[in-house]
Amino acid sequence: MLNAKSSAGGAGELSRRRFLQAGAAIGGGLLIGWGDTADAEPGSMPVAEFAPNAFIRIGRDGKVTVISPSIEMGQGTYTSLPMLVAEELDVDMSAVGFEHSPPSDKLYGNPAIGGAQITGGSTAIRGFYKPMREAGAAARLMLLDAAAAKLAVGVVELTTANGHVIHAKSGQRISYGALVDDAAKLSVPSKVTLKDPSQFRIIGTPVKRLDGPEKVNGSAKFGIDAQVPGMKIAAIAISPVFGGKLASVNEAAAFAVPGVRQVAKLDEAVAVIADHYWAAKKGLEAAAPKFDDGPNAKLDTADIVAALAKASKRDGVVAKKEGNAAAALGAAAVKLNSVYENPFLAHATMEPVNCTVHVKPDSCDIWVGTQIPSSAQLAVSEVLGIDRDKVSIHNSLLGGGFGRRLEFDFIVLAARIAKQSSDPVKVIWSREEDIQHDMYRPYYYDRITAGLDGEGKLVAWKHRITGSSIMARFFPESFKGGVDIDAVDGATELPYDIPNLLVDYVREEPPGIPTAFWRGVGPTRNAYVVESFIDELAAAAKKDPVEFRRELTGKSPRARYVLDRVAAMSNWGTPMGPRKGRGVALLSAFGSYVAEVAEVTVWDNGEVHVDRVFAVVDCGQVVNPNTVEAQIQSGIVFGISATLWGEITLKDGRVQQSNFDSYRVLRIDEAPKIEVEVVKSSEAPGGIGEPGTSALAPAVLNAVYAATGVRVRKQPIDAALLRSS
Amino acid sequence: MVNFSVNGAKVSVPIEDDTPLLWVIRDVLGMTGTKFGCGIGQCGACTVHLDGEPIRSCLTQVSDVADREVTTIEGVGATKAGKAVQQAWLNLEVVQCGYCQSGQIMTAAALIAATPEPSDTDIDQGMSGNICRCGTYVRIREAVKEAAKAAAGK
Ligand code: FES
Ligand code: FES
Repeated sequence: MLNAKSSAGGAGELSRRRFLQAGAAIGGGLLIGWGDTADAEPGSMPVAEFAPNAFIRIGRDGKVTVISPSIEMGQGTYTSLPMLVAEELDVDMSAVGFEHSPPSDKLYGNPAIGGAQITGGSTAIRGFYKPMREAGAAARLMLLDAAAAKLAVGVVELTTANGHVIHAKSGQRISYGALVDDAAKLSVPSKVTLKDPSQFRIIGTPVKRLDGPEKVNGSAKFGIDAQVPGMKIAAIAISPVFGGKLASVNEAAAFAVPGVRQVAKLDEAVAVIADHYWAAKKGLEAAAPKFDDGPNAKLDTADIVAALAKASKRDGVVAKKEGNAAAALGAAAVKLNSVYENPFLAHATMEPVNCTVHVKPDSCDIWVGTQIPSSAQLAVSEVLGIDRDKVSIHNSLLGGGFGRRLEFDFIVLAARIAKQSSDPVKVIWSREEDIQHDMYRPYYYDRITAGLDGEGKLVAWKHRITGSSIMARFFPESFKGGVDIDAVDGATELPYDIPNLLVDYVREEPPGIPTAFWRGVGPTRNAYVVESFIDELAAAAKKDPVEFRRELTGKSPRARYVLDRVAAMSNWGTPMGPRKGRGVALLSAFGSYVAEVAEVTVWDNGEVHVDRVFAVVDCGQVVNPNTVEAQIQSGIVFGISATLWGEITLKDGRVQQSNFDSYRVLRIDEAPKIEVEVVKSSEAPGGIGEPGTSALAPAVLNAVYAATGVRVRKQPIDAALLRSS
Repeated sequence: MVNFSVNGAKVSVPIEDDTPLLWVIRDVLGMTGTKFGCGIGQCGACTVHLDGEPIRSCLTQVSDVADREVTTIEGVGATKAGKAVQQAWLNLEVVQCGYCQSGQIMTAAALIAATPEPSDTDIDQGMSGNICRCGTYVRIREAVKEAAKAAAGK
């Protein structure tokens, strides 16, 4: 998805619009970062006297604070981005801390996502690998210059280590903290030289998470933990049917609940504001809101699927064309045809959706965990009709993102509620609201056809993808040609050598259900289709699934390597017991290569248990191996929940699932053993937050096929199809 | 008015009897380490100890803890098991987003206090009430084992 318009993000390219800047921070210290202050959105500057923008702030105590352009949602960004700075700056990680960045595309935009301040699409390291290192290297050069002046020696005689400048000849050492005031007066170098990877001391080593301690002692602050003087808490009910309107509310009954302060009515929702959440929730129940369901009152999932199936017969917009797929199919010895379906999915982040807002006469403060601070700021300023620079976003740790917090619907909604109150209001969605008013991963309907020649070699491939375009809403400019680059991501650039290939896209928007990105985005949906279908072709060619793939990877050595490794690791080909099976999937996406093998047991009642998963990952240069392993484990568990059970369905316009009892997610006693191997590589760093999820479904479902002979072409698994007779 | 103690400190809270302990801890006492995840006893994010036993604070009425001792994530480090669990969590880099981890740690501390040498099955069963959407389960399994050893002085 987001990488399609990505750029390498090096200094040369940034320098057109951005350049290194430095200045003194308030209270002493050095601030340094990329950017042009004149360019920045007002109100976005870190607290600093000569307001440059900044990734780095160094205090007189030598403490280095990294103002992280990407938000922490579990993926380890608040450790890995500081590592990049510390590496080039030559400071120990124990001297480094982190801060959330304030809203600003100009200062904190990710070059891998068109310069927008977005944490998503597994792009943090891909976008900031160079910029963060360059910022660290520039700061180091300035500290060196300051030391040279102070000691009256040439810079060439100086070295740096562990937060000090060292003059070996005289044996003198000056701490960075003692140099920051001088360094802040220097101009910033226009060019920096980065370390050769052979000199890395921090990058590539397992560094402990900087956010670890606060997350084990309860002091970590998530959006829901915001505490503001005078704050009230609100519970909310939104029209159960998308597009419905609030019809009536029993306000008197709500006010009869002790602690209830206010009832805020909106077009499509009502919020009860109280002293604490329980009073708000009881007040909301007493208020017994009624809604007019509106045009989607009769909508069922089956209607949406029928519309998608019909739309998938239209001609699509071509996303990728190689050779002549139609002619090659005509000439093929064996032809295979399948339809695959991906369901609607909710994100169900562990931290339910929430947002705290204080609307003042001409300004607004927002406390929230968001993946998109700058666009949230803009959206709120528009809905409140105040200047953008009057909207302050205080970001926090995210209790999971997975794409849910790439949306500002709940932030704008909270602002509309808080606008009716003079107090700060924390709006907390119940888990039921969270699941029933998510913005969902879209239902996708894929038709796929391929042809094998007489030797069982894959010669033709046609894949039509039909479904909602999230990009058309999220990045309208990217949709101009009519192809949603996220929808086809993972379908067009396969790790396989296929001479005749046609991938096209049909946009079909479902009525009455909003759609959004979900962990693994396009590659997760497409890997399921592509890698399941490759398995079907292997079976048709009477070849082993690993061998069949291997033969197609002649032009992709990195893909072939992870495939070979995962086959060896999993003892591929050795016998398994009855109703047990092994399945493989290979993925090239997010700038990384991942191969996974899943081992499953299919119980007699049709339930699938994933016993073990092996994953081999080539994500190029590894920054923090600790995090890479954790993210792959995480992605696998996330993918299993979806593959086995994940499904949002509509009946009479209403989402039928509501909480973890009806939207089941994997628990520890259901979790597989997971073995992860990370390939040593000096290739450009790739994304790691999502590929673990993307490769999971096909690995598991191919294993289900191996165990039962049943091909699952519609997720989640329908246990009825897998019962032993 | 309900009187009880939290992490050793006595509190008196003027509040309706049916208010879940979770919201008293979070919204009235202002201690935010204990988390809201589901409100129906499904996820374990709200786990605290009542007289040393793990409970779901989202389903426990505050009147039921009157005159009893509540321990939260902010105080569990003062217990031997709690301290061992927190340390093992750090050693093995368990946390990701961290949102579920207060509940995981409270459950794990109670588990090893009750079962000093937990088997793999004990761990899976004992921890199965706590959902982690970030999927930290593999490391939780290892960390519980390590914590149990540390708490036993091994
Ligand atoms: S919030 Fe109590 S169990 Fe989920
Ligand atoms: S660490 Fe994120 S939910 Fe467990």
